[in-house]
Amino acid sequence: MLTDLSGWTVAAVVVLGVLSVAGGIAVFVVDSMARATFALLASFLAVAGVLLAFDLVYLAVVTALMMTIEMAIMAVFMIMFMMNPAGLMPMTMVHNARGSAVTGAVTFVVLVVGIWTVDWPIGRTERPEDSTRQLGEAIMGSHMLVMLVIGIGLFATILAGTVLATARGRYDRFGADLAAKRPDDPIPGGLPR
Amino acid sequence: MPETETAAAAWGVVPSALLVMGAALGLGWLVAAVDRVVLTGAGAPAVLEPVRSSVRLLTEQRRTTLAPDPLLWRLGIAAVPVLAVLSLAVVPIGGRTLWSTSVDLVWFNAMEALLWAAVWLVGWGPNAVHALTGGYRFLAQGLAYELPLMFSLIAVGVGAGSLRTADILSAQAGLWFVVSMPVAFVVFLASAAAFAFWGPFGAPTGADIAGGVTSELSGVDRLLVEAGRAIFLGATAAMAVALFLGGGSGPWLPGPVWQLLKTVAVVVALVWAGRRLPVLRPDRVVEVAWTVLVPVTLVQALVVAVLLLSGFYAV
Repeated sequence: MLTDLSGWTVAAVVVLGVLSVAGGIAVFVVDSMARATFALLASFLAVAGVLLAFDLVYLAVVTALMMTIEMAIMAVFMIMFMMNPAGLMPMTMVHNARGSAVTGAVTFVVLVVGIWTVDWPIGRTERPEDSTRQLGEAIMGSHMLVMLVIGIGLFATILAGTVLATARGRYDRFGADLAAKRPDDPIPGGLPR
Repeated sequence: MPETETAAAAWGVVPSALLVMGAALGLGWLVAAVDRVVLTGAGAPAVLEPVRSSVRLLTEQRRTTLAPDPLLWRLGIAAVPVLAVLSLAVVPIGGRTLWSTSVDLVWFNAMEALLWAAVWLVGWGPNAVHALTGGYRFLAQGLAYELPLMFSLIAVGVGAGSLRTADILSAQAGLWFVVSMPVAFVVFLASAAAFAFWGPFGAPTGADIAGGVTSELSGVDRLLVEAGRAIFLGATAAMAVALFLGGGSGPWLPGPVWQLLKTVAVVVALVWAGRRLPVLRPDRVVEVAWTVLVPVTLVQALVVAVLLLSGFYAV
């Protein structure tokens, strides 16, 4: 036996794993942006289910939470930036079919060879009482520096992306000499300014 | 932390799942009935009105639109009530939750996040402009309420030293969390109205877009979505009682009675206040949420953290 997991867990992991792969394939088969987005979400939710089967509840729930919000927002942007914003007209997620097929096949071979040839260490440590607490202590303790650097890096990327993408700058908002008291915004917002 | 047995372990999986289903239907009915009473001022007939309109919707023939996306539409419609019931799985009923993980609060939050996808799909499915506009409005509003909601949940988790609802209940044995976390309480209730897209946050179903996400729903579809909204509102009221109002704690009466009374009171307050406030435009909600509510809830979390370090909470 490869693992000490129960038969039900193994069955659930296998079924959910197949589902997640099927969802991933569906992304490139369906012909609508909305369906592609939610096929990807279904794939992520299946992965969250695998994590749940491994009793890693926090990681499972957080995966479902983050990926759902991410896919919902991605659907908005993907459909907004499509040539056909209605999105129900036929489209495809496949571009450069030959190149991507070669890349996919090579990646698959490399991963499979790696998985079966690397001498993986066998976990001999006791499973922690509360994996959520252990994860929190790792993130807020020994891995704090990494998390902070990643967080700031992501934040800077988001800000830079927004600044590059927006057509309006401060001169549009406050006038050529930046003297306007109130910014001239197309959407007024909720606060008196 | 004392381990509280889950309802599934104590009473069996099927009975406790049925109990949660019953509680969900009861809460949904409660919200709808209180809504009718507040809206019309009618007494006894309003109590039966949700049942009557449910039966009418069940027998109503479904209409459809030109070139809908039936798969995604039905998925979204079915997901709304399913997620509402799933969020109730971590709400303590009679002191026990249906199932308990070490991360009940995150589970509750995740069910509500999955609602983003469900409501957008309900708007997307019928291939109709008003429904789609409503779906987009919901996402805009979601961006507004999600972070303040998460920070208020974090305040609760920090105060209790646990994300498990049973631990949060026992942490409030001395003092209810609403005393030290009033901002988080108000933000939580406002978010409840926002993710049930209801009351002042009803722009996704606004009259200016002919009912928005619900505009093309008919028959059992409309029943499922409306019931899901009502159950979500009721479930969040029950969760607010557990997180901020001490759950079943109170003098003289047994715990479940107190819990029921408090839940009814929160539902009545939510519905009564919600019906008296005007619908807010999503763009206004977003700006107020990001520039006012995010800092305020962060300060709330900071206050709770400082209180925790000074030994205010008996953890």
